[in-house]
Amino acid sequence: MRIDANGQYYQQLNEAVRACADRDVTIDNVCGQRYIACAEKDRRFTLHGTPGNGLAQYMDGATVEVFGNCQESVGDTMNQGEVIIHGSCGDACAYGMRGGRILIKGNVGYRAGIHMKAYMERHPVLIVGGTAGSFLGEYLAGGLIAVLGIGADGAYPCRFFCGTGMHGGKIILRCDEAPSGLPRQVLVREMTDEDREELAPHVRAYCEHFGGDAEALLSQKYFVLTPNPEAGYKQLYTFE
Amino acid sequence: MTKDAYLEGREHIPSGCAISSIFSRSGKAVCGERIIRSIEPMHDRSNGLGGGFAGYGIYPSHKDDYAFHLFYDDAAAQKACEAYLTGRFEVVGCEKIPTRRMACITNEPIILRYFLRPIVNVLRDSQLDEREFVARAALHVNAQIDGAYVFSSGKNMGVFKAVGFPEDVGRYYKLDEYAGYCWTAHGRYPTNTPGWWGGAHPFSLLDTTVVHNGEISSYDANRRYIEMFGYACTLKTDTEAIAYIIDYLTRKRGLTLEEVAGVIAAPFWSTIENMPEPQRARASYLRRAFGPLLINGPFSILVGFTGGLMALGDRLKLRSMVVGEKDDMVYIASEECAIRVIEPELDRIWSPGGGQPVIVTLNDTEKGGHA
Repeated sequence: MRIDANGQYYQQLNEAVRACADRDVTIDNVCGQRYIACAEKDRRFTLHGTPGNGLAQYMDGATVEVFGNCQESVGDTMNQGEVIIHGSCGDACAYGMRGGRILIKGNVGYRAGIHMKAYMERHPVLIVGGTAGSFLGEYLAGGLIAVLGIGADGAYPCRFFCGTGMHGGKIILRCDEAPSGLPRQVLVREMTDEDREELAPHVRAYCEHFGGDAEALLSQKYFVLTPNPEAGYKQLYTFE
Repeated sequence: MTKDAYLEGREHIPSGCAISSIFSRSGKAVCGERIIRSIEPMHDRSNGLGGGFAGYGIYPSHKDDYAFHLFYDDAAAQKACEAYLTGRFEVVGCEKIPTRRMACITNEPIILRYFLRPIVNVLRDSQLDEREFVARAALHVNAQIDGAYVFSSGKNMGVFKAVGFPEDVGRYYKLDEYAGYCWTAHGRYPTNTPGWWGGAHPFSLLDTTVVHNGEISSYDANRRYIEMFGYACTLKTDTEAIAYIIDYLTRKRGLTLEEVAGVIAAPFWSTIENMPEPQRARASYLRRAFGPLLINGPFSILVGFTGGLMALGDRLKLRSMVVGEKDDMVYIASEECAIRVIEPELDRIWSPGGGQPVIVTLNDTEKGGHA
């Protein structure tokens, strides 16, 4: 199935997609239509353009490949499947994500991977090629977030308050020096061989989709952020 | 259970205001139809209770006159307001703002525009600077004359707003018949106040206009402080306070727009502590000197002014914003789709960080409005 989304309202577009039995769906000229591929299982979506907010929310097994940038709330509460973005992504990506993988070629906005969580066989993964905005992995409860910092020249690839309130999961950042000024709930260490093994298949997938030398990328310096079991939150926090 | 309460839980309205803007650095005149097309794909960020636009460089034949746009509830309000204005200004032009009949735009007030020049003697006797004289007149009408509301008061620019979806409001005002080097647009989803014509964005004073997506929790603290300096917040809408704060800091206190950003979206103290000098000293000075003007809560704003445009998001970036550039054109909007719909191929597209102002100005200010 191939649809031209030009000027279509999101409801009509999504109804047409749901009414069709085809496993492969290509949508051209996407421009801001919301909720594409929401809750979809076992299908493959190829999108050309700029999908609107809430792409792949609650998605449960489908694959979405976007040739363009994405906006806000990609993969919110996503359960299974994969989102591949040949571009950058807006704020609150992978919010509460519970499984599957999101690969972003470029940068991601603020609040990526907030409160991602893992349970039994579900282990969500968010891979960002470029840099991330503030509050990356805030309240992280499970899963893996990696920011490869491509183009950042070895600088810390996030903004402020990375991992605030983190109490599970793992954040891996490629940078030359250990990040400083992180909240007390976060422990920082250099990447071990075990971490590298965990990250490797995702970096290889990243390079398969977007190009680049996975082994060269993997051989560089990374830091790993994990929750500090000694400093968990016992009360609400605010900043001033 | 009332019907409304029933609907509250049953109907999900996926909304949150929309903002968009177009700016030509070379001062090229851009047709108003383009800003309507830009805001249109973000339809679902508004709920039909307010839409509006500001255009700069749109009145080249009256570029030296103050263009006052007025809403009147009735003829009595018009009479009272005109009596007040004619005592202070020479009326160079007065006309109904042209509108198109549309079924979706209802409850129209009387909508007039005046091109005004301060009467020399009255201005001199007031001992005020000309812009202060004009600003006080606009604020006086809004606070003191019942049923009259000045919603635009700058030179060679104008605000157009109404209750409705923004794309309908733009067509209602026939914006395709105007051209300017800068346009801003707003689609409203009111959270605290009823949707009424005066409450639509942009909010303005003189040539400063503000469109705002968000809801500031510091409204009352900001309002109490700004009202000490002669501003009357009559519209009970947070964006009005933002417009006055920006006017106060730039026009009365002489701050640059970068400094204004350092006041209203000041970095956290923890962020300031890690800044190198002299950046740290400047940031802490701005926070200390103008603490009551720190705006808290989610916002992304577009501030239009003669010859330029500033975009700013709150320091936590609780509202989305993207900037697209193509040749001399700059586009800033809540969503990328609002840019791509009118400029599919861009040279560069990026998202500014929270509290990081994006300021664009005309390459040659002389060109403003003469394209």
